[in-house]
Amino acid sequence: MSSAQVGVSVERLDAPQKLCGTAKFIDDYQFPGGLFGATLRTTIARGRITKISFDASFPWDECVIARSTDIPGANNVLFIEHDQPLLTEDLVMHPQQAILLVAHAQRVKAAEALKHIQVEYDEWEPVLSIEDSLARKHVIRGEDNVLKTCLVEKGDIEEGFAMADFVIQGEYRVGHQEQAYLENQGVAAWVEKDGTITVLGSLQCPYYVHKALVKIFAKPVDKIRIIQAATGGAFGGKEDYPSIIAGHAALLALKAGKPVKIIYDREEDMASTTKRHPAVIRHKTGVTKEGRLVAQDIEITIDGGAFATCSPVVLSRATLHATGAYECLHVRVRSTAVATNAPPNGAFRGFGVPQAIFAAELQMEKVALAVGIDSLELRRKNAWRPGTLTATGQHLKDSVGALKCLSICAAKSRYAQKRREYARWNSKRSNPTWRGIGFSLCHHGAGFTGSGEVTLASRAGVSLSQDGLITILAASTDLGQGTSTIFAQIAAQALGLPTSLIRIETPDTAMVPNSGPTVASRTTMVIGGLIERAAHDLKADLLKASRTLPRTQAALKRAAKVLCDGEPVKRYEVQFEKPADITWDDQLFRGEAYGVYSYAAVAVEVEVDKLTYEARVRQVTTAQDIGKAINPRLAKGQIMGGTAQALGWALWEHADFRGGWMRNSQLTNYLIPTFEDTPPMDVTIVEEPYARGPHGAKGLGEMPMDLPAPAVVAAIADATGHWFSQIPVLPEKICHELLRKSP
Amino acid sequence: MITFTINGKKRTYKGLAFKRLIDVLREDFALTGTKEGCGEGECGACTVLVDDLPATSCLIPIGQMQGRAIETVENLGRPDKLHPLQKSFLKHGGSQCGFCTPGILMSASRLQTKKHSGIRKAMAGHLCRCTGYQQIVDSIRNK
Repeated sequence: MSSAQVGVSVERLDAPQKLCGTAKFIDDYQFPGGLFGATLRTTIARGRITKISFDASFPWDECVIARSTDIPGANNVLFIEHDQPLLTEDLVMHPQQAILLVAHAQRVKAAEALKHIQVEYDEWEPVLSIEDSLARKHVIRGEDNVLKTCLVEKGDIEEGFAMADFVIQGEYRVGHQEQAYLENQGVAAWVEKDGTITVLGSLQCPYYVHKALVKIFAKPVDKIRIIQAATGGAFGGKEDYPSIIAGHAALLALKAGKPVKIIYDREEDMASTTKRHPAVIRHKTGVTKEGRLVAQDIEITIDGGAFATCSPVVLSRATLHATGAYECLHVRVRSTAVATNAPPNGAFRGFGVPQAIFAAELQMEKVALAVGIDSLELRRKNAWRPGTLTATGQHLKDSVGALKCLSICAAKSRYAQKRREYARWNSKRSNPTWRGIGFSLCHHGAGFTGSGEVTLASRAGVSLSQDGLITILAASTDLGQGTSTIFAQIAAQALGLPTSLIRIETPDTAMVPNSGPTVASRTTMVIGGLIERAAHDLKADLLKASRTLPRTQAALKRAAKVLCDGEPVKRYEVQFEKPADITWDDQLFRGEAYGVYSYAAVAVEVEVDKLTYEARVRQVTTAQDIGKAINPRLAKGQIMGGTAQALGWALWEHADFRGGWMRNSQLTNYLIPTFEDTPPMDVTIVEEPYARGPHGAKGLGEMPMDLPAPAVVAAIADATGHWFSQIPVLPEKICHELLRKSP
Repeated sequence: MITFTINGKKRTYKGLAFKRLIDVLREDFALTGTKEGCGEGECGACTVLVDDLPATSCLIPIGQMQGRAIETVENLGRPDKLHPLQKSFLKHGGSQCGFCTPGILMSASRLQTKKHSGIRKAMAGHLCRCTGYQQIVDSIRNK
């Protein structure tokens, strides 16, 4: 047996190219004779376009212009619903909505052309807040502005409150968050001689783009081809939006008969693409004097923006995580996604869970204060454990690491000692800062919600070429998280080969099967599992073809000669199979909401400056149960990166929306954490294996984003005595609250 | 006509003097290792060395480069022959999506300090959204 390939920190396969600047991102491709596309966008939030005029002075004959009337198929971008037009015909639903497209051989001229087009509107009063949408100030969607509602019920909520010694209410609010991947959205599109529309771009889910373009261009499935270029971060932001920009570039390419590249600049990207959903979450909790949760009545409302995009599934995931990782006898969660006249909000790492956990964890702090027990003790008493019956009626059996994460994190952060130490520090009035420590715990359901994985029926595999090359076939994309390396490790382990002998096929719909989207912390657990199965199928064949398992490229080549039998390549593809004991009722929200959950605990230490009121994070300590770290260094990279995003969300990242617009759509004034803002992090990986995951692995990517924000707020409360119920906790907010309390 | 060196080679540019250095590197000399993240000097992805000092190439008109020495990521190493700094990034996980990486490498290549705080301060002009920075700091410290 060769040495272990899983559980070791193999070096990233794609890193050498990225480190040398030779990895090709979309704007690094040149298209001789190609054009650059630009997008004319609406400047009002709601109304109707009455007139579009073109300056006679501009050389329009140098341009190609595409409008909604040029769309060969349906003018909508198919996702969960098909309500979002690729180009608006005349109805304006939000600012930054695409009206028409211009292409020019020179990049600057394409952008300049937009300044020579005037759009006139009949402007109507927009609906811009959750409250106005719920109150139906104007009805902008359906009969009631509601995009989706969900309900989860367990027991009888009134009975629960009757059992309670204390009833505690809280309201929590979070704003938008921008993904802020370093590489802006961009694609290139061209039409092949046989009419195939091909798109190469920065994207997360090639088959989502494929599905949307088949409808937009009314083409057979084999006449649309989507290829992922090296992608400079995504975090959910390149889940659904690439279908729009790909549709735009392809429409221009079709009309121009030339390749067309559209690359957004930072301002256009931030202003017009999706964000994390703002949310208002209300909790009413019944608890006994011993600290046992007996009733959780929770209401969630999220702002979906003007079109449905991901909102229905963001809402269901938020709903299913609303209780936090706590067992309670009687639960009711009612949730609503509403429409507003702002660009659609969409996927962002965590996908509704960060909002839900922010509220659930701060509510636990509030309950602990009311009952008069330590909040860690309250968590310990109620946390999920084997045997727990969740709000959807799911019996947790194994791989439940919540309490283990809590204990490890409490011990490693020296939480109790730090509380005392900081209380002493804060009692000294001459100290220039206040210090505090906060804690939070969370769970994250891995894979698609409910029966989603069954519906996806994902496929993936490996292939063996005549030359003995083994290649991973999956549509899962590497966005920086290390998917390709993880897949190679899993296949190598199954085949008893070194990872370096495994190739990765480019996620290209003409080359790889539909593995579903690269989202929902599903890639390692679900697709990694398929690759492991396929690799075992290949291994069985290799053993048949040669008496001993080939260990070298030369031996593989000899075995491949036999197995390929004259064909250039032999493919081993497998499909996701529904586990027999998993059931889910999508109407009643009952059953196994997720095949398994990952768990994490975090302690965050902050220091608030008494002069500037800035909150600085001094240290983060976290323990995360991810089942199995296939590659511990990559896993830690995910945990630390996600944690930094959560710190940004909690403290600095304020998307300043006015009139449905993000006014600070620049990295200069939308502040993401820098080297100096981000603290040292102490990460412990906990491995409570999941029987159905490859080597026990379960979800990892999103959870680090889910839990730090409430711990930051708790730490600020520990430091200053003030509980904030809304993030980001900007210095001016701390200043305002503390001066209001003791001017 | 503007003359300068790129990665040690004499180069001549004859176009508009206010074209941005990043565009000249990428479009006129096909050096696409240098990346544009924000176009306003905020993210540091486009950092190159000008006369041995890190500079954001999205803010520099090429007209200012007369007689200067410009160095880009292409001058560090090749995938099959990595520079020691690149090897350290590979070993310590300093690059995830890789888009901020070339700029970070250019600044880091001129960094003398090995202290955590010194590295964080010196590198604060670079944004990375993937790593949370710790593995980058480790990569620079242990080069």
